[in-house]
Amino acid sequence: MTDIVTVEKLVKRYKGGFEALKGVDLAIREGEILALLGPNGAGKTTLISAICGITMPSSGSVRVGGKDVVKEYRDTRSMIGLVPQEVNLELFETVWNQVRFSRGLFDKAPDDAFLEEMLKGLSLWDKKDSKTIELSGGMKRRVLIAKALSHNPRILFLDEPTAGVDVELRRGMWETVAELKRQGVTIILTTHYIEEAEAIADRIGIISAGKILLVEEKDSLMARLSQKELRIELAEPLDRVPEALADTGLTLAEDGRRLVYSYDTAGGGGTGITALLSRLKEGGVRMTDISTHQSSLEEIFVDLVEHDGADRQETAQ
Amino acid sequence: MNFLAVGVIYRREMARFFRTFLQSLLAPVISTSLYFVVFGAAIGSRIEEVEGVSYGAFIVPGLIMLSVMGQATSNASFGIYFPKFSGTIYEFLSAPVSFLEVVLGFVGGAATKAFIIGLIILATSFLFVDLTIAHPLAMLAFLVLTCVSFSLMGFIIGIWAENFEQLSLIPLLIITPLVFLGGAFYSASMLPPLWQTITHFNPVFYLISGFRWAFFEQADVPVAVSLAAIAAFTAICLAFIWWIFRTGWKIRA
Repeated sequence: MTDIVTVEKLVKRYKGGFEALKGVDLAIREGEILALLGPNGAGKTTLISAICGITMPSSGSVRVGGKDVVKEYRDTRSMIGLVPQEVNLELFETVWNQVRFSRGLFDKAPDDAFLEEMLKGLSLWDKKDSKTIELSGGMKRRVLIAKALSHNPRILFLDEPTAGVDVELRRGMWETVAELKRQGVTIILTTHYIEEAEAIADRIGIISAGKILLVEEKDSLMARLSQKELRIELAEPLDRVPEALADTGLTLAEDGRRLVYSYDTAGGGGTGITALLSRLKEGGVRMTDISTHQSSLEEIFVDLVEHDGADRQETAQ
Repeated sequence: MNFLAVGVIYRREMARFFRTFLQSLLAPVISTSLYFVVFGAAIGSRIEEVEGVSYGAFIVPGLIMLSVMGQATSNASFGIYFPKFSGTIYEFLSAPVSFLEVVLGFVGGAATKAFIIGLIILATSFLFVDLTIAHPLAMLAFLVLTCVSFSLMGFIIGIWAENFEQLSLIPLLIITPLVFLGGAFYSASMLPPLWQTITHFNPVFYLISGFRWAFFEQADVPVAVSLAAIAAFTAICLAFIWWIFRTGWKIRA
């Protein structure tokens, strides 16, 4: 797959010195669904804004379809549809007028047949003559998508498409996104719901404090999820893992009060737990409690974000 | 050049005007009629001719200017302020349009509306006074230039304004006083010498004077000076808009 968007060393510094993006590198592949996951204020919206042309980068470059977003903005913006986070719509305009307006704004000749087809696909056709103000919250979000799709973009950015949306609408949104992917549209969505990224993304990028921490195939992230830990709480703290148990892969945690054993449930083979437990008994290790633990995407995420925070504190000191 | 974008912006601005056409049409007709009743009939009958023109006819150019300047400014400022207010401006910023195309669409729409209102007021005045226009083409040219330059200024105000109060502040505090003190209802020669001098610092005075010349071939200042004044005003607005375009002032943070 070729990269349709490449972001290199992108920095966005606001007046007053705040850096919303601190040298972001990101490659988005054509036809994929990429979920950008990050806490509030991580820079997700700023990154999207810089790619779409809403904010000017302070330094670094963004290329869309091989073109520079600043110098060749007409070419790059024509390829992109943007669904903003806020429901920003003309309250007294009809759905039909708004999608026709958006299409014209993106330099596409009127094509009512295309717009009709698109509105039908989004279940908005019977609402085409309704004004924004008469629509429900879920419909308003679909109108935003309809406007973004009105010029038939190759790339669609969805900024927090399901923020504050109920479960049923969220599933509907995911289906819409999946359908667009089938039509060949590259989709980038930001979210702070991990389950959303898990449900629809091909790849997941994690962004925090203006930096991309990782971009990984969802499946390999999920493989990490199949890692489980056996936690053995000890009656007396140990200085180190006993010699006799060195080959088991045990590690010490919690100041020597806990032994941790990692194993994989995905392989289908044995986990080695039975053997481990009998060896612990033979070794005379006295245990007070045993628990198993599965790391969730949430934990991987929190771990990365916190780890990054700790790194920065260290450098600051 | 993205003409389709200019077209959709222009048409949407015009659609807003025609949606409230009755209001857009009635307001200037009623207020003009009131001016004629008060100044033309009631007071005007006690005022002798001004520079050989009946007072009722004399105030027509000033009345048109008063409405046109106000309408052009408020239409253009509301036109661009509203997307900022509602948040729909994101679409203009992420679309393949240049700032110039956005200006053309909004200013074109606002200027057209102001021009139509100017013509409506002119038509209304024929009902009240005897009016002959000495230089119809010059009259139209002055009208168009005023519509365009004040729409440009309105656009700048709309970009600058951060709330509705600021939006109406400049028209209220600056434009209306300048028009009233710019000789809309009197000739500068009727003023004491000191006020005549002060009036010459009012840019609107030159516009009204030139516009009045197109009607009656009478003016406080030579028509060339009026033309130069409106050209300078337009140039200042254009330069300011070019600067906004270069810097992304208030738009692209």
